[in-house]
Amino acid sequence: MNQPPTTDEFVKGLWRDNPVFVQVLGMCPALAVSNTAINALAMGLATSFVLLMSGISVSLLRRFIPREARIVCYICIIASFVTVVDYAIAAISLELYRSLGAFIALIVVNCLILGRAEAFASKNTVGRSVLDALGMGVGFTVALLSIGIVREILGSNSLFGIALFPDGFQTWTVMVLPSGGFFAMALWLLVVNRIKERQALKEPAQ
Amino acid sequence: MNDAAHWSIFVEAALINNFVLAYFLGICPFFGVSAKLETALRMGGAVSFVMLVASVCAFSINLLLDAVAAPYLRIISYILVIASTVQLVEMLMRKLSPATFRALGIYLPLITTNCAIFGLALFQTNREYDFTRSVVYALGAGAGFALALVLMAGVREKLDLANVPQLVKGTAAALVVAGILSMSFMGFAGLGR
Repeated sequence: MNQPPTTDEFVKGLWRDNPVFVQVLGMCPALAVSNTAINALAMGLATSFVLLMSGISVSLLRRFIPREARIVCYICIIASFVTVVDYAIAAISLELYRSLGAFIALIVVNCLILGRAEAFASKNTVGRSVLDALGMGVGFTVALLSIGIVREILGSNSLFGIALFPDGFQTWTVMVLPSGGFFAMALWLLVVNRIKERQALKEPAQ
Repeated sequence: MNDAAHWSIFVEAALINNFVLAYFLGICPFFGVSAKLETALRMGGAVSFVMLVASVCAFSINLLLDAVAAPYLRIISYILVIASTVQLVEMLMRKLSPATFRALGIYLPLITTNCAIFGLALFQTNREYDFTRSVVYALGAGAGFALALVLMAGVREKLDLANVPQLVKGTAAALVVAGILSMSFMGFAGLGR
């Protein structure tokens, strides 16, 4: 068994194992709060923080957590960091806190975080867990942001709150509504699938 | 205290703000077990049941947390108490009613920490529902979840027979179907006021 190079732990979260587009994990927040780019970015960063901190904690404590009670321990660790983030966002920007609503607290049940704790952090050293969590966090944030950008441009004719097309652009209201989340995500999935398909076609030819 | 009428809470939770199609809660089981009508029905039943348990748990925890003035413990205590209560109910059910357990039981471990369950607990706290309203809200949310799941399963059973391009097959097709379902549920807006 040869150990893969450590940078790979970071890079795989960006594309090959992208949490949203490839593993289809953590979809609830990805769809619910991606109606504007700024919400998507805030949610992505909050999730990445919890992912990173819980990754470090689980990895540090992996020798002390009994196997039978591991899930409960992970959930406790994750819930503590989510509480921290919840209060931190309320302190930083009340407006953002209101628009994200209960979805910050819902980071606790994001399958991505528990999944990484169970599948990676509980088996690997702190250094590798940090890289893995950062990669997954960045991959998640980028995915959320790309959905958010599409929905905000089409749905409210703006990007990060700045108006884009001055006149004559009919906004697609459906994109800011819940169904727009499903459509934007489906669109990105098609793009990702198409690129993967082309890559797969190219490889045997070489 | 929220003093909305009970029936309007039910309609709101089941149709207008459907948990799956408007709040995106419980998407994972929604795509995971909506391939067959039969499993979708059972899953819907199991989720409704757990929602009811979670709603009662969350209401009692909230009373306790208010009494000791510790709102910062809400997230952690909700998730732990709900998960362990569901586990306990599962054991009781296996002992007392094996038939129900066989119908619903296998799904229970899957949904103990589902976002729909936890979301329900948080929403009913945010809206300050009293006990009966919380229970009605849980029933509505459960019915809405089951309805969305069954509708989705019906469409996906037909979709299996259709000629779908290879590229779209799987999650992308399911997402588009869910988007169209969600759009049709928008027609319920304004109901029950």
